[in-house]
Amino acid sequence: MSKIVRTIADLFFPFVIVFGLYIVFHGHLTPGGGFQGGAVMASGFAMYAISRRIEHKALSKNIFSIIESLSLLMFAGFAAAGLMRSFFYNFLANSGLLFGETVLFGSNAGVLNTGGVIPFMNIAVAMEVASAFAIVVSCFILISIYKVDK
Amino acid sequence: MKLRYFLPCLLIFAFLFLSAHNIRDFGSPTHSEMDTYFLRNAQEQTGANNVVSAVLFDYRGLDTLGEATVLFTAISGVLIISKTILEDDNVDVKNC
Repeated sequence: MSKIVRTIADLFFPFVIVFGLYIVFHGHLTPGGGFQGGAVMASGFAMYAISRRIEHKALSKNIFSIIESLSLLMFAGFAAAGLMRSFFYNFLANSGLLFGETVLFGSNAGVLNTGGVIPFMNIAVAMEVASAFAIVVSCFILISIYKVDK
Repeated sequence: MKLRYFLPCLLIFAFLFLSAHNIRDFGSPTHSEMDTYFLRNAQEQTGANNVVSAVLFDYRGLDTLGEATVLFTAISGVLIISKTILEDDNVDVKNC
């Protein structure tokens, strides 16, 4: 792509990633969550990769495949960690540990340090969705480079 | 437009219009026990202010696990097909 597109993509890439992370980490307080924040982060990766039209080392498919598998394992692991009561039992909620603060009943602004395992699951799903879309985009870019141009 | 195409279109339009006209008011479903339970207990049981998130990742977490697995399977298919396409052309696919 042209120099203008590359400059604007470089300029906007960190802001898109930070906005996606904001949606993910506030998933248990505000509208949004893992899927939506992961899609926003993946659009940032796609913008960067398409503007460069190369497979960047930091955005390679191998790393994203590993992240995808590990985040699915992390999601299933947090579900299985509550097996002392039941599958998907929220064992961290109201426990006083990380993300374990008690919330007040009714409509309130909310505290970030609540939610139990829900923030961890949001992060896992976000990593999976972001790496999935990044894999698709980098596959298509590779095919377009090797099959269409040559 | 011929009549035999016009008549089914009119029937479908009448059905959609009548069902939209006779729809229930927003926020008053016929069976509201589950909604009431979620709204009363979600904050206390899961510690999340966002009740949609609480349902998605806690009460109905198995559904989200299935969705994540579907996404994983789809990406595996994309990787396999792209690798096959690139190998047909004798491309060096170290990175696939």
